[in-house]
Amino acid sequence: MATVWIPPLVQGLTGGRQVVEAPGATLRDVIDNLDAEYPGLKGRLFEHGRVRPGISVTVDGVVSNKRNRSVREDSEIHFVPAISGG
Amino acid sequence: MTLTRDKKGVAGKAPYKVIGTRPLRPDGADKVTGKAVYGADVHLPAMLYGAMLRSPHAHARISSIDTSEAERVPGVKAVVTAADLPVIQDILTDLGEGVVNLRYTSNNVLAHDKVLYHGHAVAAVAATSTAIAEEAVKLIKVEYDLLPPVLDVLEAMKDDAPIILEDLRTTELGEKREGQTNIASHIQHRRGDLEQGFAAADIIVEREFRTGTVHQGYIEPHSAVGLYNDDGHVTVWCSTQGAFGIRNQVSELLKLPVSDVTVIPTEIGGGFGGKLGVYLEPVVALLSKKAGHRPVKMTMNRTEVLQATGPTSASYIRVKMGATRDGKLTAAEAYLAYDAGAFPGSPVGSAAVVILAPYKLDHLLIDGYDVIVNKPRSAAYRAPGGTNAAYASEAVIDELAKIIGMDPLEFRLKNAVTEGDRRADGPVYARIGFVETLHAAQEHPHYRAPLEGKHRGRGVASGFWNNWGGRSSVSASINPDGSVNLLEGSPDIGGTRASIAMQLAETMEIAYEDVHPRVVDTDSVGYNDATGGSRTTFGTGWAAYEVGLKLIDEMKRQAADLLEVDLESIAYENGIFSSNGDSLGFKEIAERIDESGHPVVASASVHPEEFGPGFGTHIVDVEVDPETGKVEILRYTAVQDVGKAIHPSYVEGQLHGGVAQGVGWALNEEYVYDDEGHLLNASFLDYRIPTALDLPMIDTVLVEVANPGHPFGVRGVGETPIVPPAGAVANAIYDAIGVRMTTLPMSPGTILEALWAQEES
Repeated sequence: MATVWIPPLVQGLTGGRQVVEAPGATLRDVIDNLDAEYPGLKGRLFEHGRVRPGISVTVDGVVSNKRNRSVREDSEIHFVPAISGG
Repeated sequence: MTLTRDKKGVAGKAPYKVIGTRPLRPDGADKVTGKAVYGADVHLPAMLYGAMLRSPHAHARISSIDTSEAERVPGVKAVVTAADLPVIQDILTDLGEGVVNLRYTSNNVLAHDKVLYHGHAVAAVAATSTAIAEEAVKLIKVEYDLLPPVLDVLEAMKDDAPIILEDLRTTELGEKREGQTNIASHIQHRRGDLEQGFAAADIIVEREFRTGTVHQGYIEPHSAVGLYNDDGHVTVWCSTQGAFGIRNQVSELLKLPVSDVTVIPTEIGGGFGGKLGVYLEPVVALLSKKAGHRPVKMTMNRTEVLQATGPTSASYIRVKMGATRDGKLTAAEAYLAYDAGAFPGSPVGSAAVVILAPYKLDHLLIDGYDVIVNKPRSAAYRAPGGTNAAYASEAVIDELAKIIGMDPLEFRLKNAVTEGDRRADGPVYARIGFVETLHAAQEHPHYRAPLEGKHRGRGVASGFWNNWGGRSSVSASINPDGSVNLLEGSPDIGGTRASIAMQLAETMEIAYEDVHPRVVDTDSVGYNDATGGSRTTFGTGWAAYEVGLKLIDEMKRQAADLLEVDLESIAYENGIFSSNGDSLGFKEIAERIDESGHPVVASASVHPEEFGPGFGTHIVDVEVDPETGKVEILRYTAVQDVGKAIHPSYVEGQLHGGVAQGVGWALNEEYVYDDEGHLLNASFLDYRIPTALDLPMIDTVLVEVANPGHPFGVRGVGETPIVPPAGAVANAIYDAIGVRMTTLPMSPGTILEALWAQEES
């Protein structure tokens, strides 16, 4: 199962757990499964079906906000500040 | 100096023939002979000229605006206020500088019900001359109800602070808190057990830092020409880092279909993040519509640029770090409050990543706050947020090393992140070159050179920038003489016509001089994100690589037809297409395209995601005059992992530029306000950016640790070099006079105050 690092400000929804695991072959599946176990999590991280503005998702260190992004069994997922630059 | 640590890029073609050389830039002749067309150079038939009325107050409610007298002035053709703008709901969009709310952008373009900073645009006039427009502006009567301003980030965070935007609520990752506030958002990164980490430390250093508001300082002011045609189509000519972003903003703000807006980017005299958002563009379009569809031009003067565009955030930063006596960091805590100006959107998110990014830490806590104040809306500025953050963290790192008695580069090496380590905000690093920059700095003659004389000191600092990929598109066609026309949508600020053309030439194995790059308008090429985020040579270069492969494939088809052989038998190498002993040169096929079939054209669009981060380490020597507090930069060396330097001269230029701006930020630059929120130094006479007389020759070392996420190993290079300078200069000042500076700028006055405080203590 993929490892998901939960941002500190929403760890209240995971009972304080910083790292959780969730099954799924795509980012969408992982998030849906996560939300089933920790209701409300998806709503804090996604809006109108997309990652909330200002947040980026990294899968195995690579920024990708595509919800159909494939996820491996040993993948690591983070929610980080969206950084573009000047 | 270039130090190549990885011999091959991902494409595996090294040694390269074009990449790594230093050809002339295609736009060079026009720029040095004054023929290049910048924003203010655009002239159209029947063009009108605009002027803006700006708020004399930092915070006031607009009770009425009377434009009738201005409208009666002979020669005045149109007057607009916010009442002419469509009502915009909350729309969040990413302009390449982070996410902005277009409702706020509309409010910033022309003040709605309140003015929120000194210089906030209130109304605009178009007339047959600039002089008439400026006179008419003075006749517009605005009645204000004054409100108390708040200018300081910590003051603005207090519960009893004047409220700037009544509808603002603090957001914490998708959750809105109740109650009016000036705190737009709170972010947090946390890992491990902070208490345990600090308990393991032998030494703990905690310091508070303040940094002032600074401007990007681009030499070319904002300028735009708008033509709102009778058929409803809007064309805008402007100096911008991102024509597509301007197109999208104008479309949204004026509620026009995006296909009814064309943006033509002119040459650009600097942007550094400050030319991503709109200021004049929607206004000239509105004026044009109201003035009978005549084109309207507006160009800001320097005072307007400083009062109402840019700048980047002032900040309050508190950093606490612990280390063992043998030099291992055990824990770190950072608190960052960044002012965003009058609307949310400071770069505190990137600052919170930058501040601890270079170091391995098991226990950390970072809190960041985005706070609005009565100053101009902050814009991106070269590694947004990074310079402030690294100023604070690198000073604390230096102090820990000094207390322990360890060489500061050795201390950094002991804690430096490498591939597989975890960044402060979580993700694991791929191949990075931070350690390589530290080694290169250690081995540099500058670091080993004796530094003699009183009040002289040497400092080092490191810095990180994440870089960005973004979306890029190019189109290309082959001419009958074998040259290639390359159409790009990325405005060329730092030599990217050359760096992108070089990647196409390398891919196609043709001469650089045979590629003719052009930056075109938003109707003439596919979508491109802005030239920002250090992404253009990386991302648009990748698109050029892709289009080159497509052109070669198409030329192979042409060769197969001409040689009358199977396509699969065609090989291409060194500009020669061959099959079973027969061959044709690239230019030979190009000449015979009419004979062989159809024109050869291709386009490519990419959205690369593996934009390897950049690390830099800087060394600086300073001399401090204890009588005046003036700091002189004696010697400066910037070392940076650049992935692969496509055009080393332009990469070196990026390092020079980053250092120059960083030194200005460190020593001179800041916005000065009075208590009522009036900006007191809105000119380059009083807002002092460095000149050539203030800086020594800047030595550069380009460390090439190839980015595995790019065909040629490219990493973004433009932003990393502005991250370390303030920290490096502060550490050098400490080495020179034994005073830890905690305020930017470290101007003569602040140095003297610090020296006097040290004497008193």
